[in-house]
Amino acid sequence: MAEYKIKVRRFQPESGEGPYWEQFDVDLDPSLSVLDGLLQAKDKEDGSLAVRCSCRAAICGSCGMKINGQSGLGCKTQIGEAQEQANKMKAATGVTAAEASSPIGAQAPEAQDAVRATGQEEAEQSGSRTREAGREISGDDERVRPEAEEAAPIIIEPMGNMPVIKDLITDMESTHWTKIRRVTPWLLPHGEAPEREYVVEPESMIDITQSMACIQCGACVSSCLSMEADPDFIGPAALAKAYRFVGDPRDAETAERLHDLAEDPHGIYDCTHCFSCIDACPKGVAPMDQIMRLRRKAGEEGIEDPNSGHDHEIAFVKIIEKKGTLDESLLLQESFAPGFKGKLKPNRRAIREMIGSIPIAIRGIKTGKMRSLRKLIPGVHHKLPDQDDVKAIYRHAEEHNEELNLYIRGEESDDAQPDGAAAEEVTNG
Amino acid sequence: MAENIKVAYWPGCVSRGFTPELHGSMALVAQKLGIELVELDRANCCGAGVIAEHNQELADTLNARTFALAQQTGLSMMNICSTCQGAQSECQQRLDADSAYRAHVNEALSGQGLSYEKAGDGGWTNKNFLWLLVEDYGLDRLKEQVVRPLSGLRVGPFYGCYIVRPKERLGYAEHPDRDIYLEKVIEALGGQIVEYDGARKCCGFPVITMSRETSLRQAGTHVGDAIDAGADCLVTPCPLCHLNLDMQQPEAAKVVNRDLGLAVLHLPQLVGLALGAEPKELGMGKHIASTRWVEERLTSGVAA
Repeated sequence: MAEYKIKVRRFQPESGEGPYWEQFDVDLDPSLSVLDGLLQAKDKEDGSLAVRCSCRAAICGSCGMKINGQSGLGCKTQIGEAQEQANKMKAATGVTAAEASSPIGAQAPEAQDAVRATGQEEAEQSGSRTREAGREISGDDERVRPEAEEAAPIIIEPMGNMPVIKDLITDMESTHWTKIRRVTPWLLPHGEAPEREYVVEPESMIDITQSMACIQCGACVSSCLSMEADPDFIGPAALAKAYRFVGDPRDAETAERLHDLAEDPHGIYDCTHCFSCIDACPKGVAPMDQIMRLRRKAGEEGIEDPNSGHDHEIAFVKIIEKKGTLDESLLLQESFAPGFKGKLKPNRRAIREMIGSIPIAIRGIKTGKMRSLRKLIPGVHHKLPDQDDVKAIYRHAEEHNEELNLYIRGEESDDAQPDGAAAEEVTNG
Repeated sequence: MAENIKVAYWPGCVSRGFTPELHGSMALVAQKLGIELVELDRANCCGAGVIAEHNQELADTLNARTFALAQQTGLSMMNICSTCQGAQSECQQRLDADSAYRAHVNEALSGQGLSYEKAGDGGWTNKNFLWLLVEDYGLDRLKEQVVRPLSGLRVGPFYGCYIVRPKERLGYAEHPDRDIYLEKVIEALGGQIVEYDGARKCCGFPVITMSRETSLRQAGTHVGDAIDAGADCLVTPCPLCHLNLDMQQPEAAKVVNRDLGLAVLHLPQLVGLALGAEPKELGMGKHIASTRWVEERLTSGVAA
């Protein structure tokens, strides 16, 4: 048994007050979960503490929450590990209890206001930077009185990117389920339904097993950094679900689905490739990887999306084939206005984007950042001395185009015989 | 401990493109630290995740070529870009996981006399300058080299997604502190760490051509949060983050509708300042967001 301090971001709408922090002392084995800690606090200290849970075994997906800023399941995070993480972040940022009225978590809201040592005073004295007071939660909560030399409290917050109903309970309907419905999450086969079940080759379903593992907990949605900037982004859970049907051999509307997801300005090309959802997912679904598969399929389908997503991908791939390293100005031009038989074919959005990049180039020329022809004029960039070797790699890879999915294949042990006896690769294209 | 470090050095594309000050400052700082760089000037782009999105085997083979070129020198590899680190680690993970796949990829390289070999424990590695500095060079040794402690300089770390996630791929099992190395380096150089919300978030760069507003809102929000937390500057080990945080900063300011104006330093520049290099030598004049305030902080009484 060990003692832990868990600091919970609480909110009761009926009180009329804003959210606040409350710290609970709990006593449990380090191998038990953060959810166990919360339930103990609810049981012994405050029965009004609201948390959603059911199976306690990472199957039902009810207890999504942020622990030290990291989205995940409360029941799948050991409290001992959460304590280590809290201690590590406290040690790294150096904010001690005496300096901040409440200790700091990785991404806890009050973290934004903490400046190490005397930095805060200096910032105020110098007057060079103005500090904004009055954030969502002020750091001077009187319920929390940590003493020096104590272990850092474990910071627990409701999931992000969705409204909070009460304490750790979020509204899954207004964001998560609405977005899931947005991708038509059911099979759309054509023709007469078979008399009995659909029969497919087992191999043809392997590719979508990863996206089928989703338990709809919302942890990926909570962690999504694109959604933070663009709440309309369809998001990781719904797009992973979309791939589950795009990759299903029984579905007959693959092309329609891909057009829809690629052409939506908040669709597959709005994902900023930050990997947050991969680390948040308790089931290894890796939603971002599924979004990349959707982009690949959209490309194979030849979809010219108005977001320049496909053009950007093709431009990048072709430049490296031609030059070996990146020609940045050519990438910009080709992303917006792909050349075709020596002529540029920009659309209206492309023209706007290119005009918008002129001030950036002018600033770059002024400071010397871009003061050379090869940086300014698309295509002047040199190629590698042995670019033919790079081209040979392109020929080899385009012939095979293999995808090694480690979720499906797993990693071989180091003592495995390199005889290629492993299962065949999932071949794409 | 005081042994010389010599690495096969992959500078990446952007450090020789729109952030030339990174390439220059790395060369200068390596010399001051006594790290010998053998530049891989025939190596190719890592694909930055975009080529893997198009054709995974192509990305894996292109990076296997870079790894093989590094292995030919008999040295471990160093990069100076979070995105190179992440994209290359992804390919290396797949190559290392499956000997049959590795053999298939190496087949494409055989005509060039190249082959990527999986290294055993403690063998060949590919590390960002940040990781190398902490794990191989050592913070104590770094501290000894400091001639101008950055005291009084308030620095916000900005990691770049590709170097902090996914943890399982990026060696966090063996090196669990890799997501607090920037804080450790800032401290070793005598600076003050500024904690703010965006340190491990996304700069938005990957979608700058596809979803400009999403992209610039991310960059502008993080820069703004760092300013509100009292930062004098940000420091990043990723030139792609630098493009969005610095080069695009005036555009990001319009999207988030507030004044910004925060210097964003490349990691070698911050190290270089503490080692006594002049801002001009480190190419700080090439930045879009002025670094003058950083220079003033360092030369004023505060830094003494």
